[in-house]
Amino acid sequence: MTITTGANEIDRRLLMDRSMAGRKAFTVPISDVPDQDLPNDELLRDDLELPEVSQLEVIRYFSVLSQRNFSIDTNFYPLGSCTMKYNPKINDELASLPGLADIHPLQPDETVQGALRLLKDLQDCLGEITALPGVSLAPLAGAQGEYAGLLVARAYHDSRGDSARTVAIVPDSAHGTNPASAAMAGLDVVTVRSNEHGNIDVQNLRELANENTAVFMLTIPSTLGLFEPNILEITKIIHDAGGLVYADGANLNALLGLVKLGDLGVDICHSNLHKTFSTPHGGGGPGSGPVMVAEELSEFLPKPVAELTDDGYVLATPKNSIGSINGFHGSFSIAARAYAYIKALGIEGLQSVSENAIIGANYIQAKLKDKYNLAADRYCMHETVLSATRQKKRGVGGLDIAKRLLDFGIHAPTMYFPLIVDEALMIEPTESESKETLDHFIAVMRQIDDEIDSSPELIHEAPHDLPVTRLDEATAARKPILRWSADE
Amino acid sequence: MYPEDLKYSKEHEWVRVNGNIAEIGITVFAQESLGDVVFVDLPAVGSEVEQFAKFGEIESVKAVSDLFSPVGGTIVEVNDSATDSPEVVNDDTYGSGWLIKVELSDTAQLDELMDATTYEGTLE
Amino acid sequence: MASYLNTSANHPYIPSTDSERAEMLGVIGVDSLDDLLGDIPLEHRHPALNLAHGLSEQELSTLFGSIAAQNASPSNRYLSFLGAGAYQHYIPSTVRSILQRGEFVTAYTPYQPEAAQGTLQVGFEFQTVICQLTGMEVANAGMYDGPTAFAEACLMAARVTRRTKVGVLTSADRRLSETFFAYSKHQGIQLVEIAPDANDIPDDIACIGIQSPNFFGGIEDVERLTKLAHENGALSVVHVNPTSLGMFKAPGEYDVDIVTAEGQPFGVPMAFGGPYVGLFACKKAHIRQMPGRIIGRTTDTNGRTGYALTLQTREQHIRRERATSNICTSTQLIGLMVTVYAATLGKQGIKEVAGLCYQKAHYAASKIDKLDGYSVKSNGTFFHEFVVKCPTSPASINSALLDQKIIGGLDISDRSDNGMLVCVTETSSKDDIDRFVSALSQIVAAL
Repeated sequence: MTITTGANEIDRRLLMDRSMAGRKAFTVPISDVPDQDLPNDELLRDDLELPEVSQLEVIRYFSVLSQRNFSIDTNFYPLGSCTMKYNPKINDELASLPGLADIHPLQPDETVQGALRLLKDLQDCLGEITALPGVSLAPLAGAQGEYAGLLVARAYHDSRGDSARTVAIVPDSAHGTNPASAAMAGLDVVTVRSNEHGNIDVQNLRELANENTAVFMLTIPSTLGLFEPNILEITKIIHDAGGLVYADGANLNALLGLVKLGDLGVDICHSNLHKTFSTPHGGGGPGSGPVMVAEELSEFLPKPVAELTDDGYVLATPKNSIGSINGFHGSFSIAARAYAYIKALGIEGLQSVSENAIIGANYIQAKLKDKYNLAADRYCMHETVLSATRQKKRGVGGLDIAKRLLDFGIHAPTMYFPLIVDEALMIEPTESESKETLDHFIAVMRQIDDEIDSSPELIHEAPHDLPVTRLDEATAARKPILRWSADE
Repeated sequence: MYPEDLKYSKEHEWVRVNGNIAEIGITVFAQESLGDVVFVDLPAVGSEVEQFAKFGEIESVKAVSDLFSPVGGTIVEVNDSATDSPEVVNDDTYGSGWLIKVELSDTAQLDELMDATTYEGTLE
Repeated sequence: MASYLNTSANHPYIPSTDSERAEMLGVIGVDSLDDLLGDIPLEHRHPALNLAHGLSEQELSTLFGSIAAQNASPSNRYLSFLGAGAYQHYIPSTVRSILQRGEFVTAYTPYQPEAAQGTLQVGFEFQTVICQLTGMEVANAGMYDGPTAFAEACLMAARVTRRTKVGVLTSADRRLSETFFAYSKHQGIQLVEIAPDANDIPDDIACIGIQSPNFFGGIEDVERLTKLAHENGALSVVHVNPTSLGMFKAPGEYDVDIVTAEGQPFGVPMAFGGPYVGLFACKKAHIRQMPGRIIGRTTDTNGRTGYALTLQTREQHIRRERATSNICTSTQLIGLMVTVYAATLGKQGIKEVAGLCYQKAHYAASKIDKLDGYSVKSNGTFFHEFVVKCPTSPASINSALLDQKIIGGLDISDRSDNGMLVCVTETSSKDDIDRFVSALSQIVAAL
C-alpha cells in the first residue's frame, strides 16, 4: 500500500469509525457512598452505542475539524446582514468567570445580585441605544425576539379590546423569519412593495394600513442596506391606522449613536446581540435577541426582567406579561459578553462602530460599482447589495462568484437575498476590518470579474483548494443520510 | 421542449388526455426553473381536486412550489416513482416524470388550457 | 516629548485611522460621514447617548470580577442542591479546550458548506450522538433549549396528526407547558392536562407530552403511555434528561414518536440559565415536519464525502410563513459542547456518570428520609431528583441553609405540600451530602 498526500487523503473517518472497545478519554470517579438498590431490570438500558476513543483522539479530531472552517478569527467574512465583526476574546473570558458560568438559574435573587445587576444594566444600555426603555433579555435569538415582539403587539391590542387586528404588513424585501414569526403569532401576512429606489412604496402602504393592521414589520436599515427616507411618514401612517411599528434590529450596527429607533416612531424592536454587540456566532448559534419596547408596552414584555428595588436586584414578571418563551432567563452568558462589549466601547466607541461600518460599505460600493450593478445606486448604510446581472449574462452567477471568493480565503457574501434583487450579493464589511483588507477584497472582486472572460472554468469549478469541492445537495435531500451507521 | 400533443396551464403544468383521464405533470420550463427536484408531495388516490386548485407541492434544494391542477376531477392514480425518485421529473419530464392522473369532471375545462405554441409564447 | 499616557482616540476593535477614513470618504466622493446619512431625518440624527465612556480591558476585568464576586456559586464554596431543569455536572477539560477554537466559535451558519466542513461534520456527529442516546432514527442539529424543543415537538405533533389539542402530563415541569402556551396561543391549539396514571385520554389530542424523569424526578411509564397515545391516533412526545439515558431505557425502545431534551447536562455550564441547546429527535417518517436545521452527508464533485445543510425547504428562509418554525439557529456551539462531552465520556463514562448520580441521590434521599420531620415523597423509581416534605416552609429552611453556605433544593410548595425538590449529581461528595443532611437536621432541631 502506498500512502499518498494532499487534500484527497485527509482522514474523513467519524468518531464511531475511530472507536475501539475498551479505550477511554475520561475517568469517572468511584462512588463514595454506600451501594444503593438499583431499579427494576426492565427499566434499565442494556446497551449504549457511543464512541470509545482516547483523550488525545478527542482533542485531535475536533481540532483538525476546526481547521476545516472559515471563521472571523481566520478569514474576512463579509456576509451581509450577519455583521461578522471581531468577537473580542476578553468577552469569552469574562463570561466564563467562576461566579458567572457556574450559577444556577433558580438560585434565590439574593445569591445572584451580581448577575442581576449585569442584566439590569444591559437592559438600560439597550433601552438607551434604541430609545425604547422597556427591555426583556429573555429571547434566545433574533427570531424569538421578533416573535416576542409580535406577542407584545397582540397583547397590547387585545388589552384595548382591539382584537380584530390580525394582519402583519411585511415588506417584500423582508427576511423569511418576519412572515414565519407573524404566522406563528396567528397574524395574516400582507406584503407591501418596495419601489424602484429600494424604499417602501408609501402609497401602497397607505392602501394596506387599516383597522385590521396589528403591526408593520420594518427592517431598518432595510435588507438592501438602505435607510428608509420616509420613515417618519411610514410610522405615522401605521400609527394613524391604529397599528404598531416593529423594527427588525438585525441591522442595528448601522445606527449606534447615529439615530434611535424609538425617536422615529418605532414601538417595538429586537436586537441580535450576536450581530451588533459582537457575541460569537458559534457556527450557527447560540444567539440572543432582546426585545425593546416603548414605555406603554413594557407591561406586556416576556418574563423575566431584572429590576432594582429597595431590597436589591430582583427578577420580576411584568404586570401583563406574555409569559415565558423559553426555559429560564435568556442567554445569560451571551448577555454578559454583549455587556462587556458595550462597556468596552462606551459612548464614543459605539458611535465610531457605526460610522466606520458605514464608511467601509460605501467604500466597497464606490470601488466596485463600475464592474458590478448596484441594487440601488445611492449611498448605503453598513452594507451594500450588488446584483451580478452583468456577470450572469457573461455566464457566471452570484453563486459562482461566491464560490470563487472562497479560493482567495474570503468568505462569500450573502447570496440571493433579498429576494427582490436578481443575483444578489450582499456585502457587509463591518467596522472591524482594516482598509487593507477592504482593498484586497475589492481587488479580488475585480479580478473575478476579469476571470469571467479569461478563465471562466476557474470560477465554475471553484472552490479548488478546500477540503471539498461543490457538494451534491440534491442527492443529500433526495436520500437523506443524517447520522453515522454501522453498515456503511 | 413543449410537445404539440399536450395542453398547458399558465402555472406551468402539462396535461395529456386519454379519454376522460388527464395525465398531469410540470413543464420543462418549471422543472428547469426549480432545478434538481428533491421531493414531491402528492395527494391521496380518490381525493377530489378542482380546476386550478392546489393539489401538492414540489421541492428543489432551495425552493418549494405549489402544484396546481390544470383540470378538476377525481385523482385516480399518483406516480409513486416520482415520490420515491424525484429526479424522474427532471430526467423524463413528459414521460415517467408525470405526477397524477385525474378523471375529468368536465372535459370543457380543457378549453381553458393553452396549446404548445401559445404556452411557449407566454414564456418569452 | 514622548507621551506615556493613553491619548489615542482609536479603539482596539476598530482599525481605521483618521487619515484612512478621510481617504475612503474621498473615494466615496463626500466630505464627511454626515453626507452619507442624508436619509436619516436631521432632527433625529446624532442623538444624545447617555452611556459611560469606554473601559480598557483591564478596567473591564476589574468590573466583571466585582460582578462575579456578588454571586454565590460553587467557586466560592457554596453547595447547591438545585436541579429542576438545569444541572451541575463536571465539565471535562476537553470540552473547555475545544471551546477555545476560534474557528468554531467565530464561524457563521454553514451556508457555504465548502468553507464550513468542520462545523457541518460536528453537527453530523451531534445528530448521531442524539440518535444513539435516544434510540431514535433522526435528530436535528439543535434547538434553543429544552422547553422550546418540547413546545415545538407538540406543535409538530399537531401538524402530523392534523389535530388541535395537545395533551401534557400533570407531572411535567410547568416551564414546558408555559413555553408551549407562548408558542401555541395564537395558533388555535389547546393544552389538555393528563394524569400520569390515566387509562383513557381524549380521542382528539395530537399527542401525550411526557416528561421522564418528570419534574419531581420520577420515571414515568413511557411504554404504557405511548401505547395509550397510539391507540387513540395520537403521538407520544417524551422529554428526557440526557444523563438519565446512560442508565434508563431509551425512548426509541418504547416506540416513542418524538423525543426532546435539555442538552445542558452534557458539558454545558449552568450560566444562570443559558445558552443551552434543545435536543430534538423523531421517527424518520415525520422528518418533513421536523423544525430546525438538519445536516446531511453527501459527496462532492470529486466523489469525496462531505456534509451540507439539507431538507432546507422546511425552513423559514424558503417557506416563509408556511415554515415548520421560525427558528434560524441550531445553537451549534452548544451542540459542539454536547458532542465533545459525549465523545469524551464515551460509552462507559455516560453510564458511569448516570450511575453516580443515581447512587448519590438515593443515598441523600435515604438519609433525609430518616431525619425527624422530613420525609421523601417520591414513590416509584427516581433518578437524581426527589421531593422532600419539610417540617416547615421550604423557604424558611432554604434561608437557614443559606447561612451555612448551602443552596437548598427548589421550593415547590406551590405543587407539593411543604415540598422541596432536591437534586444530587456526581459533583456532590458524600461529605457534601452529609453536611447538607446534618444542616437540615439542625434546622428542624432549632424550630
